[in-house]
Amino acid sequence: MTDKPKVGVYVCHCGINISATVDVETVADYALKLPNVEVARTYSYMCSDPGQVLIKNDIKEHGLNRIIVASCSPRMHEPTFRKAIQEAGLNPYYLEMANIREQCSWVHEDMEEATAKSKKLVASAVAKVRLLEALESKEVDAEPAALIIGAGIAGIQAALDIADAGFKVFLVEKTPSVGGRMAQLDKTFPTLDCSACILTPKMVDCASHPNIELLSYSEVEEIGGYIGNFDVKVRKKARYVDFDKCTGCGDCAAECRVKDRFPSEFDQGMGKRSAIYLPFPQAVPAKYTIDPESCLYLTRGKCGKGPKCQEVCKAEAINFEQEDEIVEFKVGAVIVATGFDPFDASRKPEYGYNDYPNVITGMEMERLVSASGPTGGKVKVFNGEEEIEPKEVAFIKCVGSRDASVGNEYCSRVCCMYVAKQAHLIRDKIPDANIRVYYIDVRAFGKGFEEFYDRVRRENVRYIRGNPSEIFKRGNKLVVKVEDTLTATPLEDEVDLVVLGVGLEPRADMREIMDLLRLSQSPDRFFLEAHPKLRPVDTATEGVFLAGCCQGPKDIPDTVAQAKGAASSAMIPLARGKVMISAQVAEVDEATCRGCGFCVNICPYTAIELVKINRFGHEVEVARVNEALCKGCGSCSAGCLSDSIQPKSFRDRQILPQIAALGVLK
Amino acid sequence: MSENYEPNIVAFLCNWCSYAGADLAGTSRVHYPANIQVIRVMCSGRVNPLYVMNALQQGADGVLISGCHPGDCHYMEGNFYARRRMGMLKDLMEFVGVDPKRFHMSWVSASEGHKWKEVVEKTVEEAREAGPFEGFRRRQIDW
Ligand SMILES: Cc1cc2nc3c(=O)[nH]c(=O)nc-3n(C[C@H](O)[C@H](O)[C@H](O)COP(=O)(O)OP(=O)(O)OC[C@H]3O[C@@H](n4cnc5c(N)ncnc54)[C@H](O)[C@@H]3O)c2cc1C
Ligand code: SF4
Ligand code: SF4
Ligand code: SF4
Repeated sequence: MTDKPKVGVYVCHCGINISATVDVETVADYALKLPNVEVARTYSYMCSDPGQVLIKNDIKEHGLNRIIVASCSPRMHEPTFRKAIQEAGLNPYYLEMANIREQCSWVHEDMEEATAKSKKLVASAVAKVRLLEALESKEVDAEPAALIIGAGIAGIQAALDIADAGFKVFLVEKTPSVGGRMAQLDKTFPTLDCSACILTPKMVDCASHPNIELLSYSEVEEIGGYIGNFDVKVRKKARYVDFDKCTGCGDCAAECRVKDRFPSEFDQGMGKRSAIYLPFPQAVPAKYTIDPESCLYLTRGKCGKGPKCQEVCKAEAINFEQEDEIVEFKVGAVIVATGFDPFDASRKPEYGYNDYPNVITGMEMERLVSASGPTGGKVKVFNGEEEIEPKEVAFIKCVGSRDASVGNEYCSRVCCMYVAKQAHLIRDKIPDANIRVYYIDVRAFGKGFEEFYDRVRRENVRYIRGNPSEIFKRGNKLVVKVEDTLTATPLEDEVDLVVLGVGLEPRADMREIMDLLRLSQSPDRFFLEAHPKLRPVDTATEGVFLAGCCQGPKDIPDTVAQAKGAASSAMIPLARGKVMISAQVAEVDEATCRGCGFCVNICPYTAIELVKINRFGHEVEVARVNEALCKGCGSCSAGCLSDSIQPKSFRDRQILPQIAALGVLK
Repeated sequence: MSENYEPNIVAFLCNWCSYAGADLAGTSRVHYPANIQVIRVMCSGRVNPLYVMNALQQGADGVLISGCHPGDCHYMEGNFYARRRMGMLKDLMEFVGVDPKRFHMSWVSASEGHKWKEVVEKTVEEAREAGPFEGFRRRQIDW
């Protein structure tokens, strides 16, 4: 608009929230004398309907083309007033607000001072508004598909919800099977449902759902683009088994020349697997995979007279020629659901995890009590001399949690309850066992948790308050050295089995995902959400959401709740089919740009690239902004030596007059 | 320096952390000196060092720049740029004889209304100690 600016200034009383401290009439009178101001009024509640009508009428009657509202923070009502002036036919970006409530009337007591300051803020707003430009928000199409990284219970649940709503889902899982940690659990607190019984149907559903493309044994290699339009590249690792031909019969694993020689990841190394393997019987997809690091043929180029698996596989599925495959697709939203790592107990050497086979972790206990585990559910341990059924069992809680010495100050939120659960399961299996739990605090905060903890205590599980300092061997017993802090008694407790209630840690490989999606970590090193209270599943990257333990330790109910939240948030752009891209983006003046590329390196969103243009017959390079990627931060602008790149609405020529106005009016 | 000299402070606040923190100070009815006027920018990284010089030139006695805590920038890295640029600027200002008490930088998050009050008080106090700035005022831009 080249018209001469005609500014209307509206000073709000906000009941008496503003007018008790700021003389609003004086401010309006003052405003009327400022350059280009045609109308200045006060009103009791500018945001109310009549307040907005006041502005709209003035726009029509007086031909106003720039509006100042001096009231609350723009973080509060900027959208309200933008909409109002748009309804009166004005470009919504011809608005500036002067924050005379949160940053003036509420924080100053002296009426004279507050009024003087309000005048300055209004003057500064007038200085800027005259130079604002009309902007158009653009909409771009959103791809009606989602990428989910990680197929633990969080990823599975989110995938099912989005797929059920009718959108395409690409579910990428790093390991050969979906299921995550939950698949390893035996029963789940506080209800004691069998983990596999409630999880397996969901695992099967997500492999058979017509809208879900499951990419197991795969990793995301690249993600480009922006909300609505992410370009994704996934590497499907070679399984050396033809996915379509393999029937999952298992003949290969049974005949493998290195049968049952390698620690099974699923059984926490307590069970064994062959080089060709299915991680666990209910694995989905039920397809075998050859581990390239343990297979004779793949490591040495030779397996007897020829690969045994190939010889026995009736489906002729074994294929050593298979190579990694790259799959590319487009999605509108991304959910990160990469889960956690259990704390590595060897980092607490005083507990002797590496030294004594009968010091085990909670994760190992899950496999030990599981009917599908390495011992068929019999709780047996090796005490250094023989295999025994432990009669004296000690649990230690908070191992690797709430412990600044290992860098984890947070509470892992599940160990209190899984320890109670495992104590109960041992009581079930070994009725005459003496079970004690060494604890710092018991946190039983969830639905049904306190009741469950109560029940376990009544099952004759002793809770002793104390943080053990050391575990050592005496004869064929383990000695837990600890002070009972409630009675101030030092104890040397002789036991057959120690279970370390290890906490949850951020995954060691999370950096891969952070770099792919430019996510940040919170102080606990888990992924950072956009707002700890109001945007718990969003990230600072639009269109990227978090679900499950990758955002912080959680139990299954909370994981599922968050996954459902992430799914519904991710579906917003998918369902609309469009995403609005901000109009307040940076713009390059191609006439003055030197093509130095400083801005290209500064931009955190890689929104700028150098392009060749023809300038007066010469081919030169200049910067160009991808408006869909630019977030309008303006960092580029402050780094440009020729002031060629400028964020709209926050250009130098819009900010400098604001500074001048504030300076002059001492 | 006159007895009742009140310094004039121009502050640049990022939209996501410090501006929100200053709003929170208001909602919490925390009181602080009225000498400070805020210009909202989207990111502390937007603040061109020249703005600081410009403010002093135009009549400010002190300048404050406030952004998200390092590592918490809404735009990931903007406040690191701000920190680096303003560090250099501060050295330069000392070199040309501007009292460093006129120039402040702070990290105030959206939940730190009380910290905002402390930052304002300190900025005003130090600018008061430095006295009215007459350094390199040239002419006032006729806006
Ligand atoms: C010993 C123990 C016992 C527990 N007992 C209970 C209980 O009884 N009740 C309860 O409610 N909770 C319990 N929990 C907590 C429960 O395990 C978690 O709440 C749940 O597993 C979290 O699920 P998730 O999907 O967030 O993460 P995970 O289960 O860790 O799943 C993450 C998935 O993402 C995959 N992945 C990771 N990185 C990538 C990548 N870069 N690309 C692709 N895929 C990737 C992983 O392979 C994995 O499949 C227990 C935890 C422990 C340690
Ligand atoms: S080639 Fe040999 S070692 Fe490798 S999976 Fe087949 S049988 Fe096992
Ligand atoms: S816009 Fe500025 S920083 Fe970017 S290439 Fe052009 S001159 Fe260099
Ligand atoms: S304004 Fe920020 S996001 Fe946009 S191009 Fe400049 S540096 Fe990149």
